[in-house]
Amino acid sequence: MSMFLETLIGGLLSGTMYSLVAIGFVLIYKASGVFNYAQGSLLLFAALTFVTLTENGVPAYAAIAITVALLIATAIAIEKLLLRPLTNRSPMTLFMATLGLSYVVEGVAQGIMGSQVRALNLGIEDLPIFVGDILISQFDLVAAGVALALVVVLSLLFNRTRIGIQLRGVADDTRAALSLGIDINRIWQIVWAVAGLVGLVAGLLWGARQGVQFSLSLVVLKALPVLIIGGFTSIPGAIVGGLIVGAGESLAETYIGPFLGGGITPWLVDAAGFALLFVGRGGPAGGGSRGGV
Amino acid sequence: MAAAVLAAPFLASEYWINAIIVPFLILSLAGLGLNLLTGYAGQLSLGAGAFMMVGAYATFALQLRVPDLPLPLALIVAGLIAGAVGMVFGLPSTRIKGFYLIVSTLAAQFFFEWLFLKFPWFYNGNSSATIALSRGLSVFGLDANGPHGRYYLTLGAVALITLLSFNLIRSQTGRNWMAIRDMDTAAAVIGVPVLHAKLQAFAVSSFILGIAGALWAFAYLGSASVQSFGLHRSYQILFIIIIGGLGTIRGAFFGAAFVSLLPLVLDWLFQYLLSGQVDAGLLQNVQKAIFGILIIWFLIREPEGLSRLLAIRRTASRRLFPS
Amino acid sequence: MGIHAAPALEVRNVSLSFKGVKAISDLSFRVEGKEICALIGPNGAGKSSLLNIINGVYVPDSGEIVFEGEHFQRMRPGDAARRGIGRGFQNNALFSGMSVIDNVIAGLSRHSKVALVEEMFRLPRARREESDFRERAHAVLHLFDLEKHANTPVGMLPYGVQKKVEMARAIVAEPRLLLLDEPLAGMNAGEKQEIAAVIQRLNAELKLTVVLIEHDVGIVLKLAHHVVVLDYGRKLADGPPEAIRDNKDVIAAYIGSDHAEVAV
Repeated sequence: MSMFLETLIGGLLSGTMYSLVAIGFVLIYKASGVFNYAQGSLLLFAALTFVTLTENGVPAYAAIAITVALLIATAIAIEKLLLRPLTNRSPMTLFMATLGLSYVVEGVAQGIMGSQVRALNLGIEDLPIFVGDILISQFDLVAAGVALALVVVLSLLFNRTRIGIQLRGVADDTRAALSLGIDINRIWQIVWAVAGLVGLVAGLLWGARQGVQFSLSLVVLKALPVLIIGGFTSIPGAIVGGLIVGAGESLAETYIGPFLGGGITPWLVDAAGFALLFVGRGGPAGGGSRGGV
Repeated sequence: MAAAVLAAPFLASEYWINAIIVPFLILSLAGLGLNLLTGYAGQLSLGAGAFMMVGAYATFALQLRVPDLPLPLALIVAGLIAGAVGMVFGLPSTRIKGFYLIVSTLAAQFFFEWLFLKFPWFYNGNSSATIALSRGLSVFGLDANGPHGRYYLTLGAVALITLLSFNLIRSQTGRNWMAIRDMDTAAAVIGVPVLHAKLQAFAVSSFILGIAGALWAFAYLGSASVQSFGLHRSYQILFIIIIGGLGTIRGAFFGAAFVSLLPLVLDWLFQYLLSGQVDAGLLQNVQKAIFGILIIWFLIREPEGLSRLLAIRRTASRRLFPS
Repeated sequence: MGIHAAPALEVRNVSLSFKGVKAISDLSFRVEGKEICALIGPNGAGKSSLLNIINGVYVPDSGEIVFEGEHFQRMRPGDAARRGIGRGFQNNALFSGMSVIDNVIAGLSRHSKVALVEEMFRLPRARREESDFRERAHAVLHLFDLEKHANTPVGMLPYGVQKKVEMARAIVAEPRLLLLDEPLAGMNAGEKQEIAAVIQRLNAELKLTVVLIEHDVGIVLKLAHHVVVLDYGRKLADGPPEAIRDNKDVIAAYIGSDHAEVAV
């Protein structure tokens, strides 16, 4: 029983990391209707920048500040060079553009900063904590705490600030928002910058866990099942989805894994996601589509 | 033009044939396959690598376990197997739209990457988990192992499949696909058999990708493994058709030419500008960034890719490859 | 127009709502075979939604449709086509990547009897069907005077011409019921007369039942045999054109709206 609990808790905690990545997607999708395939690349970029700076003697606080500034600049560039020229194009086109974007970001990031694995030490030690018989990773606990804090900050942002309310307006009805005089372009820049910051936090945590390397950008593939379960437009959904995926992955690896041999998690999770989609549970087009013709 | 194509192996160096022309042809074929699904039928797929993999491994299994099966037939059967697999993974497309479909195709990608590594039966238990044709290539009794043989084998496959695809596009099925791509609700309303046509698109596309995969493994690489057909391959084929032109047959060829030649051009450029101090990693990343920029540029400016750009510049001379 | 014969189409107590807003409320009316029935009413009255229900694009919350004696609570789009219901859309649901003639031939899709393999190898049966379809499409294009645009990509044509292509596509498969959503929109007076005449011919010669939505009340009153007026998803009036023209409620509803084009 305690093995089950341990696996479950470990899974839930690591699930919060998935939630973190998924939140980045949700933000962008909510505000600009784009599925940003490049979110993972931005994550990698953020983590790489931070690591490169600290490796070269820049103190942590300054490194964060510089990275944040870079992410904001990137968000502005993306809005001007990618989103604006592609307004009103189909979701498929936009998605392919973000696929291209991911290549640009990865190419530039790794071109400048190199492709070797880098260790990232955030000062959080991965000590085991024992609650009764159950082993919990301290790192996972801290990561979950950070994710929670981030969610609180984000919900404050959306519900209490003027920008946040404008953002929600844009997400609900772009045309109405435009007619109210909301500067859509500015909103998009802000959203992408915030998504970048969320990516930074996620990137740092993931990087500390498994080293900063190219595979970080592949977290986007992990985020997909989370988004299918939790929906593409809901932050609480992303959290719940992340927990479910994390727990599911962990339990599957431990209990089903031995029968199928290890390494099943990448596709099993995707397959479960696809099964859900097939049954019609997930995705905004859920039941009968009322797409206007 | 046709004469030049047929005589090419005698005009070009062995290096060019092995390293540039043959892969170019195979990538064009793969691009053609994916273009039917994504460019014509509008079903976005990141599973091109997976279906190529299925074709390659199926060919290997057939050659190994059904020794009397001639290679061309083995290729066709392998293609059919890939086509059937494609249909299965295409089933979700009847319920989900647009980019959600990539989840299904990604699941296919990862699933096969796991499957072909996990079960030694697929690679006949050799220690490096690779597949290769032990008897080499032979077509109707002729040895096709040398560069000339491989060129003609590949050329034959590509030419035949291109012709058949062209016929298909000009037929009711092609129209059904484009209708689904442009507006699938309206298509259903006017009587297009949407479910049927989508599955057909997956089947035909995967059939072609399967054959391309087999050729890639055995006519180009010699031996292959799961890595040869990973997610990066899926990206590559998708980029080929975006750059070359979605929804055109010649787009696959233009895109493949571009993708095959760009690394060479960059390499030469770097050598020239930096006189030989080229870090392979840096080169790859620059290439990556350039691809990304081009994708975005093409999507913004010219969704029909190179095929439209070049058509505008072309004079009245009749096109060799129809769209 | 005999009320004794079974109606071609019957809408029974159909209701539909979107996000809490009632688009159609308990709507009932009958369309007799071979008649031209016009649905008129201010914008937002639920007319397009009703057509979408008959076609199977929307599912009503309650009520049913009876088409040629068969009852449906929900129709699938493919079924609707198979049963002979043709459709023209308000926003021109044309296949923008294809030429005019290809769009029209697409309308014959459900009549295709040829297998994929036959098409791939251009076997004789496939070639015959293709040329047969092409001929039928050309005939319809001729009806709408669209021959000169046959190979033009549909997206490049003006709105009024596109509307004609859409109608051509809807009738090429010889439907028994034709649903048209604002077929005259975007056209000048001359074109409107032309198309109204075509609709009349189709109705008379092919015995085609037509249900159409149209804002040009003047043309509607001359073209239709039967008019149903909707307002806020509810039936306001139902009867022959003369009765509708003099109906006080209808006039009141129109004065309140901004789309009245009553050319009396």
